[in-house]
Amino acid sequence: MTLVDVRTPDPKRLIPGATGDWEVIIGMEVHAQVLSSSKLFSGASTEFGKAPNANVSLVDAAMPGMLPVINEECVKQAVRTGLGLKAEINHRSIFDRKNYFYPDLPQGYQISQFKDPIVGEGKIVISLGPDRQGHFEDIEIGIERLHLEQDAGKSMHDQHPTMSYVDLNRSGVALMEIVSKPDMRSSDEAKAYMTKLRSIVRYLGTCDGNMDEGSMRADVNVSVRRPGEPFGTRCEIKNVNSIRFIGQAIEYEARRQIGILEDGGVIDQETRLFDPGKGETRSMRSKEDAHDYRYFPDPDLLPLEFDNEFVGRLLADLPELPDDKKTRFVKDLGLSVYDASVLVSEKAIADYYEVVAAGRDGKIAANWVINDLLGALNKDGKAIEETPVSPAQLGGIIDLIKDGTISGKIAKDLFEIVWNEGGDPAAIVEARGMKQVTDTGAIEKAVDEIIAANPEQVEKVKAKPALAGWFVGQVMKATGGKANPQAVQTLVKTKLGIDE
Amino acid sequence: MTDLTRLTIAEAREKLAAREITAVELTDAYLAAIDSANASLNAYVAPTPEKAREMAKASDARIAAGKAGALEGIPLGIKDLFATEGVHTQACSHILDGFEPRYESTVTQNLWNDGAVMLGKLNMDEFAMGSSNETSYYGPVRNPWRAAGSDADLVAGGSSGGSAAAVAAFLCAGATATDTGGSIRQPAAYTGTVGIKPTYGRCSRWGIVAYASSLDQAGPIARDVRDAAILLKSMASVDEKDTTSVDLPVPDYEAAIGQSIRGMKIGIPKEYRLDGMPEEIEALWRQGIAWLKEAGAEIVDISLPHTTYALPTYYIISPAEASSNLARYDGVRYGLRVDGDDIVDMYEKTRAAGFGMEVKRRILIGTYVLSAGYYDAYYVRAQKVRTLIKRDFDLAFAAGVDAILTPATPSSAFAIADEALAADPVKMYLNDIFTVTVNMAGLPGISVPAGLDGKGLPLGLQLIGRPFGEETLFRTAHVIEQAAGRFSPAKWW
Amino acid sequence: MSVDIDTVKRVARLARIAVSEEEASRMTGELNGILGFVEQLSEVNIEGVEPMTSVMPMAMRERRDVVADGGIADDIVANAPVSDRNFFLVPKVVE
Ligand SMILES: [Mg+2]
Ligand SMILES: [Zn+2]
Repeated sequence: MTLVDVRTPDPKRLIPGATGDWEVIIGMEVHAQVLSSSKLFSGASTEFGKAPNANVSLVDAAMPGMLPVINEECVKQAVRTGLGLKAEINHRSIFDRKNYFYPDLPQGYQISQFKDPIVGEGKIVISLGPDRQGHFEDIEIGIERLHLEQDAGKSMHDQHPTMSYVDLNRSGVALMEIVSKPDMRSSDEAKAYMTKLRSIVRYLGTCDGNMDEGSMRADVNVSVRRPGEPFGTRCEIKNVNSIRFIGQAIEYEARRQIGILEDGGVIDQETRLFDPGKGETRSMRSKEDAHDYRYFPDPDLLPLEFDNEFVGRLLADLPELPDDKKTRFVKDLGLSVYDASVLVSEKAIADYYEVVAAGRDGKIAANWVINDLLGALNKDGKAIEETPVSPAQLGGIIDLIKDGTISGKIAKDLFEIVWNEGGDPAAIVEARGMKQVTDTGAIEKAVDEIIAANPEQVEKVKAKPALAGWFVGQVMKATGGKANPQAVQTLVKTKLGIDE
Repeated sequence: MTDLTRLTIAEAREKLAAREITAVELTDAYLAAIDSANASLNAYVAPTPEKAREMAKASDARIAAGKAGALEGIPLGIKDLFATEGVHTQACSHILDGFEPRYESTVTQNLWNDGAVMLGKLNMDEFAMGSSNETSYYGPVRNPWRAAGSDADLVAGGSSGGSAAAVAAFLCAGATATDTGGSIRQPAAYTGTVGIKPTYGRCSRWGIVAYASSLDQAGPIARDVRDAAILLKSMASVDEKDTTSVDLPVPDYEAAIGQSIRGMKIGIPKEYRLDGMPEEIEALWRQGIAWLKEAGAEIVDISLPHTTYALPTYYIISPAEASSNLARYDGVRYGLRVDGDDIVDMYEKTRAAGFGMEVKRRILIGTYVLSAGYYDAYYVRAQKVRTLIKRDFDLAFAAGVDAILTPATPSSAFAIADEALAADPVKMYLNDIFTVTVNMAGLPGISVPAGLDGKGLPLGLQLIGRPFGEETLFRTAHVIEQAAGRFSPAKWW
Repeated sequence: MSVDIDTVKRVARLARIAVSEEEASRMTGELNGILGFVEQLSEVNIEGVEPMTSVMPMAMRERRDVVADGGIADDIVANAPVSDRNFFLVPKVVE
């Protein structure tokens, strides 16, 4: 791969050093586990967390004479992902063997794609912002390629004083390795890239994106340079498994490299590990022999070939992706770019929102989802998947406001009740007498009582009509908030003789 | 009663069906023969007498019930390269020490499904790497043939030396074998037996310990052409577990036997006329041409210009694939393990102790030609030359040639522990010079006995067919067999 | 091209095969013999020739995505030199 610099140094992204400004260059290789029932080359299950070697076939354990047979769904998932990355789909790709010895690599080689991957160049648009003026900055990050490969098994080192325990359940699970171009220039961009990539594969349903289960992990390549100079020597930080850690690892690594260079040192090209506890990267135990993977086409597998029609069918069935959804929310539902961005950031949020917005006012629905629901989730540290208020419940609350059954203020209380206790919003309103009072007789009575009890306030209002709000407030208080605020307002003004 | 082990598969099949003999009787006759001969010949590394009798009994029951399969009650030897469930499967290597798979190879399963009986596992070159069966962890097979007036031990050829010797010495009715560069055809030629390497993809490779995946093919070694046809019909299948197996129905190969070859075009490649080729081989080839001409075939001269590059191509591609295929023997999941200070030390000690010299040699060559900086010069170049070798054949067949006739080997069987060959691996490799092109092009090739040399040792002719042209090969080989007669060694063991 | 003894040792290391000094020196000769033999391929004109990827022209068959295997942990570890509770055991690996 030839490295091409597509960005111009942006002063606001530069890192000040002791001897001047530095620019950090970031590229990422993300391993995303393909969503499939069975493995890439065997019929064993991909289910997470099973007993040792339970999800292992003779093929996965590399028994003598075993042969790989490719899973058609994994091929489709890779093509779908390629389409989602607006990438070039290669109608002929080759599986290669990457040879090295490791106890969790039973064949002694990983089946991967080297020279001819299934997906070629594509791109992802990340959106940074909003800034103080509420503006977003869209940046295009190039995708170099996407290829299919096998995952390795897992070793546990804490079971025995002198032995490691090897479990091959993950061995042979399909991964997509998605390689970016070195187009990122800050840890924020890298985090935004990973977030966006995760969002895309979740929209596509090609990877569950669960980073804590290892379904997505990133190898982060970091180098620094003086603005305008050629790329510097890079270090690869292996297997970073959270978006936050990606940011921390880059920040640390950039500082480390700047420090070395400013002291007149040189950067060794090496593989490093991020230690989340210390917030540092450290060199991996040095491998005395340089890797020589001896890639060659796997003679057990024929070239992977498909036609335009196959790709066309997958394209036709592709779900709407976040960028398209955002555009639609802005254009068709009248949302602000900010609101639309928040709603499409995660597929689960967008799905939630779309149920709430269906047949309702899109902006009102957006306000409720963003301010109330996401606010409450955020406060409780919950993910959208854990929401105690379903889209139907939230929709019910909005409907009760719309038809005048409750006021906006009561709705907030109702939301809290539903959040804490659950239940049907309409039934709760009914049972707890939360309906707003629209009976003018009852409201009139309350207004009369307040006016009678507060003669000096009445005098003040006559001199300064803007103080009428005080009476409205008192009436609302006296009715337990259930009076229709509009009706109260009108009556108060009429009774006090204030002109509109 | 006549010696039951002398019956061909076709003859035994008839007698079993007519209830003249039982499968148990037939099996016992072979087990007795193995018992008395194996110490001398070393053809079997793991006889399975109990399993054999059990299977034979079941065969007799099926015959009695009128449910006999195509190979019902026929006792076979199985090359140690085929995984056989619960039975010794070591590719005759120390590194698979004690390995008993929990699975059965597709080819052997096909045979058992047709009612065949397993007599045991046959000796072979370690991981099928060799042309003399001398690289086996279990020692060399002795050829049942000896030169006239000599009691010197000869090799049975390799790598399927155990299969060929067992068939020639009447220690099984037929045997499974595999061929990566000539490992079926060369030992068949050295033992006066018939061996066919089918088209790449005709037999499933599932459950066969891999040597060089793009070249390995299973096939039978048998006493005559008809038996070879009967065995291949059962061994071959379409297998969803092997992506490189071909999705074509298996024809009734036996039906091709006895069909006329009148009007068939037989190609004679001029590049197979080697400098310094023994006159006996030349004469044998001329004789074969005469027989086929007599039977009505048209003989045409053809050119396969890249023939001379097949062997060097083979010695890049096969070790490269082998170096990767044999990486799984690491002392972790099965077989030998030699403890070490750490994981790397364990790997290195295990593989040093587990692999024999020839296997190590090929792993190192293969590792070297794939390594950074050499891949294009060796491996990629070899795969390009392979394309040219195949193109040569494509052109010959496109010009109307139905089959190609060549010698099977450049000589008859040589002595065990031949010093000149032991000293120079390349000299040993030259044994496969006539057979290896066929693997390079994925074509079917059959070796059929055609005569004896001056020392009284068998020689074979090779017929090469179009892709999936096995029927043509059986038909044509049968014509040679009819003309040449059949050859059996004098019993000395 | 020819190899020296250090190359042979490096390749043996890559292949994870321990070799003694004496073996390495013998193999250097043998490997050079084989490399000398295959050297003749350099005289072949391969311009514009595609390297072979599959000897029989056919399309790769694919598998349906169904779980049809696994659940045989006992079989998987049955032949293992060292195992415990269906794990394979190896000398401790330090990352
Ligand atoms: Mg990588
Ligand atoms: Zn990868």
